[in-house]
Amino acid sequence: MGFLETNLPYIMAGVSVGGQYALIAIGYTMVYGILRLINFAHGDIFMAAGFMMVYLSASLPLYLSIPLVIILTVLLGFLIERSAYAPLRKAPRMSIMISAIGVSYLIQNCAWYITSGLAKQYPAIPWISESVTVFSSTTKMVTVITPVLTFMLVAALVLLIKHTKFGMAMRAVSKDFETSQLMGIKINSVISTTFIIGSFLAAVGSLLFFSNYMTVTPTAGSMPGLKAFVAAVFGGIGSIPGAVLGAFIIGICENIIKGLGLTTFSDAFTFALLIIILIAKPTGLFGEKSTDKV
Amino acid sequence: MDMKKLIKTAGPIALLFLLLFVLEKTLPTTSMLFVVLKKGAIYALVAVSMNLLNGFTGLFSLGQAGFMLIGAYTYGILTIPLEAREAVYQYFDGGIVSFTVPVLVAIAAAGLVTAVFAYLIGLPVLRLKSDYLAIATLGFAEIIRAVFQWDKLGPVTNGSNLLKRFPVFTSTLFPFAVAGVCIAVIVLLINSSYGRAFKAIRDDEIAAEAMGINLAKHKQMSFTISSFFAGIGGALLAMYQTTVQAAAFRATMTYEILLIVVIGGIGSVTGSCLASFLFIACSEWWLRFLDEVTYIGAFQVPLLSSGFRKVVFSVIVMIIVLFYSRGIMGTKEFSLDALFRFFKKRFGKTKKEDVAG
Repeated sequence: MGFLETNLPYIMAGVSVGGQYALIAIGYTMVYGILRLINFAHGDIFMAAGFMMVYLSASLPLYLSIPLVIILTVLLGFLIERSAYAPLRKAPRMSIMISAIGVSYLIQNCAWYITSGLAKQYPAIPWISESVTVFSSTTKMVTVITPVLTFMLVAALVLLIKHTKFGMAMRAVSKDFETSQLMGIKINSVISTTFIIGSFLAAVGSLLFFSNYMTVTPTAGSMPGLKAFVAAVFGGIGSIPGAVLGAFIIGICENIIKGLGLTTFSDAFTFALLIIILIAKPTGLFGEKSTDKV
Repeated sequence: MDMKKLIKTAGPIALLFLLLFVLEKTLPTTSMLFVVLKKGAIYALVAVSMNLLNGFTGLFSLGQAGFMLIGAYTYGILTIPLEAREAVYQYFDGGIVSFTVPVLVAIAAAGLVTAVFAYLIGLPVLRLKSDYLAIATLGFAEIIRAVFQWDKLGPVTNGSNLLKRFPVFTSTLFPFAVAGVCIAVIVLLINSSYGRAFKAIRDDEIAAEAMGINLAKHKQMSFTISSFFAGIGGALLAMYQTTVQAAAFRATMTYEILLIVVIGGIGSVTGSCLASFLFIACSEWWLRFLDEVTYIGAFQVPLLSSGFRKVVFSVIVMIIVLFYSRGIMGTKEFSLDALFRFFKKRFGKTKKEDVAG
């Protein structure tokens, strides 16, 4: 019991961060599942959502600025897909990845320009920024909300993918690009919707993440982005439950390592985990096994 | 015939060095041109080393910043003068490394240490393919950065504090000479039978294996050699910056080098060199005016302020990536012969048009 009591704050922080990573990781895993592309810009979309909130909430009330942030983030994700990835659909995979790196570079530089590189204070959102006491340890409300909200959104997403016509189209596209096109599926709209869903979840994740950390910087997106990607690989890329599980494992482990006083290694641990999983089981926990045909 | 070839290669290089020498004697040392030339030469070396891996062997690796970090630190640790150590390692009782080596030995050591690390990293990582390899190498670069900032290693790496006061270069000729020799070695390697094996792996792994190329051995070799030169590039960068801090070697640095390789053309050594000078010149010099608030009369030119340069720059990069994905040179190499032929063709044409007109 002693272990649990001393480590409870870290575990709770871990669950909360894990939930936020999960929301970002879903965007990675869905895009990878369909386009076989590591969307390096996804972490920066997450960061951009943070800045939108900072600027919009300065002039608008919260009940307007939060929906507006979500809409604008979705629009950003959609525009990026249309302008930077769609023209390269027939190009080799490496060019699309380079394009993604270019977009990430562009968004970071734009953010740097707009903010002059200064860290911005994230607005306090009433209720979810309030303090709350759970099992004799004090924490923010957001810590408790995050896992609940994450599970609700993931459940909704899984239902969408499993039981709607659109979800079926999505699964078909991720199985075989060309055949599904021949079957009359509008590939472009499926891909766009994937980006829209991914960006929506990233926007929600950014609301929760920055409510917890309070400051936004132009590079704030890259580390959570990479970690979320690791989570997606860990869970088996293309699998949504896998990504969520991976994100929670990474979030919790990272915070326990911080609790042990090895903060320097909390980031390194994530990548060590990635390398171990890639070598031991390259398809991840729930990934499908793929065979190379000659 | 061989003699002629030798003169053709050695001549322009000698001319280039002479030109640099004259420039150094005539222009003030604060000229932006020297910043561009020095940094450009260093980035050219790193970009070519990345091109060896990404462009010629087809291994998409994103670990370059991490390897440069190892090179930079090795150089710094081995060359900080003994009398300066007490001040540099002020939190770690002067550190535990109590010897120094000459500059050139230290640069070679930077390469070798990096190569050893790369060899060890390559053992597990090179079994992965395409984007998984990219992420794993990116991950290793992050781990290296974290380890070098670790307090417990402070007596060697100075923790997260700066390394400084090591010998640096003042002349532009030095980075040009070192980078030039290294790039020449890489070119020789690419044109050797090993280089052909690398290209075979890039074009089709399975076919290459069927032709009797040992995949694991050649991939490992390309990875280690590329990292060796990245390490040397890191050492040169340390000399250029005069200080080293692990925190600066972020993934962004790798991305910039990758973009240089893409702009120059994946699979072209001369393309990478040209692109790195262009890249550095644009980001450090030619686009500087975009960062300054400018007035034309009483009218303030809109948008111009700190950071706008980078925005314009990244838009240009995106345009190149999207619409000119072959870069400046594609997979071709720049040569004076080709340039002459190009101009001859142009002039020939204009003459004909003149006659027609």
